Parts: sequence; C-alpha cells; structure tokens
Amino acid sequence: MNAALQLAGIRKSFDGALALDGASFESRSGEVHALLGENGAGKSSLMNVAAGLYAPDAGSISINGAPISLSGPALARSHGIGMVHQHFKLVRPFTVAENVLLANPKAHFASGLRDIRDAIKKQVDALKFSIDPDRRIDTMTVAEQQQAEIVKVLVGGARILILDEPTAVLTDAEAIGLLEIVQRLARSGTAVVLVTHKLQDVKRYADVVTIMRGGKTVATLDPRHSTAEELTELTVGQTSALPERTPHQGGPTRLNVGALTYTRADGRTMLNNTSFYVRAGEIYGIAGVSGNGQAELAEALIGAIDPSLGEIWVDGAGDISHAGPSKRREAAIAAIPADRYAYALAGSLPIQDNLAVAQIRSGRYGSIVRLDRAAMRRDAIAAVKDYDVQGVRSVKQKASLLSGGNAQKLVIAREFSREPDVVVAHSPSRGLDARACAAVHQRLIAARERGAAIVLISEDLDEILSLSDRIGVMTRGAIVAEFERPADRQAIGRAMVDHA
Amino acid sequence: MIDFLVNWLANAPVTAVPYALAALGLIIAERSGVLNLTAEGLMLVGALAGAGTCLMLGGYPAVALVAAMVAASAVSLLFAVLVVVLRINQVIAGLSVVFFCQGFTGLVGTLAKWQNKQLTGLAPLKIWPLSEIPGIGRIFFQQDPIVYLTILIFFAVNFLLFRTMLGLRIRSVGENPGAADAAGVSVTLHRIFAIVAGSSLIGLAGGYISVVSVKLWVTGMTGGRGWIAVALVVFARWAPWPALAGALLFGCIEALIPQIAAAGIRVPQYLMLMTPYLATIAVMIWVGTKDSGITQEPGALGQPHVREERR
Repeated sequence: MNAALQLAGIRKSFDGALALDGASFESRSGEVHALLGENGAGKSSLMNVAAGLYAPDAGSISINGAPISLSGPALARSHGIGMVHQHFKLVRPFTVAENVLLANPKAHFASGLRDIRDAIKKQVDALKFSIDPDRRIDTMTVAEQQQAEIVKVLVGGARILILDEPTAVLTDAEAIGLLEIVQRLARSGTAVVLVTHKLQDVKRYADVVTIMRGGKTVATLDPRHSTAEELTELTVGQTSALPERTPHQGGPTRLNVGALTYTRADGRTMLNNTSFYVRAGEIYGIAGVSGNGQAELAEALIGAIDPSLGEIWVDGAGDISHAGPSKRREAAIAAIPADRYAYALAGSLPIQDNLAVAQIRSGRYGSIVRLDRAAMRRDAIAAVKDYDVQGVRSVKQKASLLSGGNAQKLVIAREFSREPDVVVAHSPSRGLDARACAAVHQRLIAARERGAAIVLISEDLDEILSLSDRIGVMTRGAIVAEFERPADRQAIGRAMVDHA
Repeated sequence: MIDFLVNWLANAPVTAVPYALAALGLIIAERSGVLNLTAEGLMLVGALAGAGTCLMLGGYPAVALVAAMVAASAVSLLFAVLVVVLRINQVIAGLSVVFFCQGFTGLVGTLAKWQNKQLTGLAPLKIWPLSEIPGIGRIFFQQDPIVYLTILIFFAVNFLLFRTMLGLRIRSVGENPGAADAAGVSVTLHRIFAIVAGSSLIGLAGGYISVVSVKLWVTGMTGGRGWIAVALVVFARWAPWPALAGALLFGCIEALIPQIAAAGIRVPQYLMLMTPYLATIAVMIWVGTKDSGITQEPGALGQPHVREERR
C-alpha cells in the first residue's frame, strides 16, 4: 500500500539557516502519525512544506504514490491535504458556517451556506463535536474554535489532516477529548499527522511516531513498543562533551526570585510560585518546553509585566518586582530580551543612539539641554569594535540594517557597557548563526567571570547545558527540578516532559 | 406650524441623499479593511464631472450622474494603488487625495468656465396619485428619482455585502486578511474592487449635489459633507441601514437651518452645523465605554496586508 503522503529528502533554508536537512516522512491512511521533536527541530517547517506554504529547496512530495509539486496552499488543499495551524485562521465576527464557506467557496451564497451547514452538521455529528454552525467564532472558546478549524478542513475534503501542536492551547480535559476524536477520525480512513512535543500524547494516541532533531528525521517507530526514555533520548540527542571551565566559587546571592505569580488577562496562570536564586559569578539556566512561563518570567524580570504576587530581590536594591525600568537599571540589571527588535532596539534610529540611550540619564552624554554627540560617537565606535559588530559602515546608520547576530551583539554591547551585576538573557542566540552564537556565549561567560549573576532562559537545551552552572526546569510556571553542572541531558529531558 | 414641518421634511431627503450615498460608499471600502478618508475629494470630483457633463451636453442629467460615478471611480483607482498595492499609510494617502481633488476640481472648473452656471438638472418625480395627499405627498412622493434610487441602492449593497460570496470575501478581507489569504481570497483584488465600487457611490453623491440639488458648480461646493460622511460611517458602526438612518438625521438637521432662518428664529447656524460631529463623538464615547469587545469596526481596518513571512 502506498503512503497517503510521502515527503522525501526535503531541504529548506531560511536566510542561510538550514531549517530542514533532508527530512523524510510517510503518513498512511487510517493512522495517527505523530511528529515529535523539540522546538526548532523542524516539525512545523516540514508540515508547512506539506501544506504548500513553504516551497522546499530540494526533495519530493507524493500523494498516494504519485509525485506532485505544491506551488501553494490552494493546490495542497485540492490534493486533500488540510492543515490546522497553531494560530487559527478564522474570521472572528463570522459564524462557523461563513468561515467554512469562505474556505470552500460555492457559486451562490444562500444555497452554498445551506449546503455548508448540512456538511458541517454531518461532520460535527460524526466527530461528536459540540459546535453550532450558526455561532460566531468570537463567542466560542478556544477548544470550540479548534473544532471549527478541523471541521473547516474536513468539509473541504481533506484526506490528510495535519494538526500543528493542537493541544498547546487546550486544557487537559479538552486535549484528551480532541485526541480521542482525532484517533477516531484516523480509524475512519483519514491520514492524521499530529505535530507535538508532548511525549504522553504520542504514547497514548499515536500509531507511528517520527522523531525530528535539527531539521532531520532521525527515527520512525511504534511508540507502544518503545519506552519514554528511548523516545526522550531520540528527541534530545546524545550528550555532547561539555566545555571545560573553572568551577563556580559560590559567591553571595545576587538575585532571588521568590514565589513569583502572574496571571494573564485571559485568566491563565503563567507563573505559579516560581522560585530560584542566582549567586554572583553563576549562570542559572532555565530549561523547559516553550509556553510554560519562560517568556513571562523574562518579562517579569525585565519589568515588561507586573507580577501579582511574589518578589524579585536584587542585592543592594531590595525587591524590584514592581519597579520601573529606570529603577531596574539603577539596580544594575541588564536585559537581553528574546525579541531584540521589539524590546531592545529602535530600528530606525542610528546605532550610536541605540547604544547611548541606556546611559542618557547618567549625564555621560550631556544634560537635558545639550547632547554630547561627540562622546556618543566615540563610545559607539569603541563598542562596535570591542563587540565585533559586523556590517557597520558608520555608527550613524540605522540599527535595523544590521543582521540578527550583529543586532544582538549591539544589544549586548549596550547592556554590558555598565558592567551589570545581574543579567537576564532570554533566548540570546535565537536565529543566530554558529559564529554569532559563539560570540554571544563568550560574552555571557565573560560576564560570569567578572562576577555577574546571570539568568539564562532558553528553549535550546544545548545552550543551557553548555553555559549553565545550575539548571532549573520550568513547567507550568514553576521550577520543578534543579540540576547541578554537569547535568544529565536525559534527566533534564525527562523532567521537562514528565511534569508537562 | 404644519407648513413649517412639511417644508422642512420635504427638503430633508435632498439633503440626506449625499450623506447616505457617500457613507454607503465608504462602508463598502472600509468593510474591506481600507480606512477611506477620500470622500470629500471624490464628492468634489463627482460634482464637477456631473456639472461639466450637464453643461457640455446641455442637459441629460442621468448621463451626468453616470459621468460623476465614473470620474470618482477613476480617481479612487489612484487611492487604491497607493494604499493596497504600495501599502502607503491610509490616513496620509486619503488626506492627500482629498487635497489633490480640492485643488484639481477648482482648477478645472475655473479653466472650463463652469463656475456658477445654471444647469438643467433632474426634476422631481410625482408619483400620482399618492403625490396629491396633503403633506405626506409632498414629503414622500414628490422627490427626485435619485431619492428613490438611493433606497434601492441600499437594498442592493446590503444584499451584496451580506448575502453574496463576493460580500463574504470583501468582509473577510476586512476582518482577517491572513485568514482570507489562507482561504485563497485575493486581498489585493477585493480591496481594490471595494474602493472603486464604493467610490462610484461617493461620486454619485457629489454629482447629486451639483446636478440635482444645487444645479450649478461652485468651487468647493461639497462644503465638508464628505467629512460628515466619514463621521457617519463611525456613527453607523459600519452598517448600511444605520448609515441611512444617520444620513436622514443629519439631512434633517441641515434642512432645518434655512427653515429656521426663514421663520425668523435666531439660532447660530454653526451650532447646527456641528451637531453631526457632536452626535458622532457621542456614539464613539458610548462605544468606547461599553465593556464588550464587539465594536463592529472591521478587524483589519487601516492595516495594509503583508503575507506572513517567517521570522
């Protein structure tokens, strides 16, 4: 029997960074096929290729054994490939039926809507969903919206259903309900692809699992005949040798985060009694599956959100959990945010302005009525040289013209210019090439040698392992396990998924 | 007293039609997600084209009104290219088009010597025998044909927007262009269509002022009615029927001004002229203080659409 969907040797790179490196994948009708991997392993990229959203650089796609080329999402749909994205593609003020009609156009609106409504009712009954075709999307819960998305794809005649992290937005009970439905759907002859990083979902609901790591598909096996340990090992890879370095000396505590709690506007608790401490001359790594509160923790530390409970105590400054950015700067906290273009740089301003802005109140660059441009320029030229920021023709050029890696070096140059006591780095090497990544890591280690306390929040386990003196695993907004260097990669991997 | 009321209300439809048509044209464009501020300019273009055609042909007001629609649509194509294709800021592009049209129509009207020349416009249509009912007849059954056509146009546009595939696509493009794009709907084409189609109605509104209501061309003769139409769209929460009701309300207010003056009552006319804006501000405050997130404002209003790119 031919595979319903076959992807072979798919390669795809974005701006020179290889996202898919010869990935191969086969999905059969009647099976739930899980695609398991860490963040950035290439799962979503591979499925976006299958859905016609990304054009692969190399490789072949075939449906039921016949090779095809997908030039766009519409063509993929016509071949029966339907994808439910993590971020729903629904028009919120429209009803379910109108959304389905929009994606599956009919010649006439009124009769088309009637047909669509019947088709939706048929699917809803078959899947035991609870949605009403005439309800507006913006009155529905996230789980119901997801049902609407699935129905939309199925009414379009999809025989291959790709679900991208479908349980990420659901509560446990909703997730179980959905996965049971997905299983039933497969039994009735649909080929289902379940993109996930949750091991339990794979163990309980998948017939086959393909594991991806670093843009490659590393194994395809039957999850029921393999242990969680085997799957974890395949997902996170073999432990690579850790770089040698001077052991941590055990300095005084510089940063103490105590029982930090934050509830988002939609009622979800993102930080739930998060507690940890970081000593001088120590890098504290925070590992975890993305969406477990790491982003909120970083935002609370840099002052972008206001935690509802708990404290952020900094040596010499006291509790700063409600302090504004300027107070945090006085407390010698440096921030390297994950989204450097949104939080760290003003892209349309010159490099020298971006560098000077952090110290504009210190008087280093003149007073409120006078700006010492010469000093700004002198410091900027020195910083660009010191931190090896490439691609700078002039310090008056716009910061947005720098590539990702050099923009990050610029942020670090500014943040480290005041010799901070505490550094908060969130995914500091995201999107950087190997050389820039190494440079960033070197800077963090240099700050550690100088005696700074560093919090490193990253979804890249390799980065955490190679840099951290201690590692905390964050799950559901809390630190659930801590490891000393040298930490066991497998143990961390298990801690990350066990509590999820 | 009765005479006063009948005189006033019989004049109200004529003042209301330009507001109604222009607001409806704006609603079509804004439902597709394009913030359209061009109404004042396009109404002037329509008014000039209508008056000019009438003067050159020596009559034929129906032809003149079609010319008004075509001219406004043609100019709106420029706006469409600016905001949809080149993705220029919609507020700035809209304002530029208005100022361009104000200057351009003044120039052409003066060069062609169309200023202040009486033209043969459209005569009222008497729907006999209903037109002979005292009072009621004058108000409802002795209006010009465009008044009745406007009501038909409202039915047609309402049907188009909410009961056709085209309308579904236009609204989807205005609410969530990303989802529309994923569903295979061309955001660019639907937005351009909505701008051009809506602008033909704005042109008709302008032509109506010069050809039917005033029956001559005067530079800048729309006198800010386009801006009231922009406010009216917000007032009506982007829905056609409330826009018609609002246009009638604003039309009644405007028609009241000469009646009050004729009756010898002294009320500052600027107070009357500002009431439409005051009403719009009141509606916006009411909407802003409501807790519910349902504002009716198209979700992607004013946002140019760029296909999602990978970070």
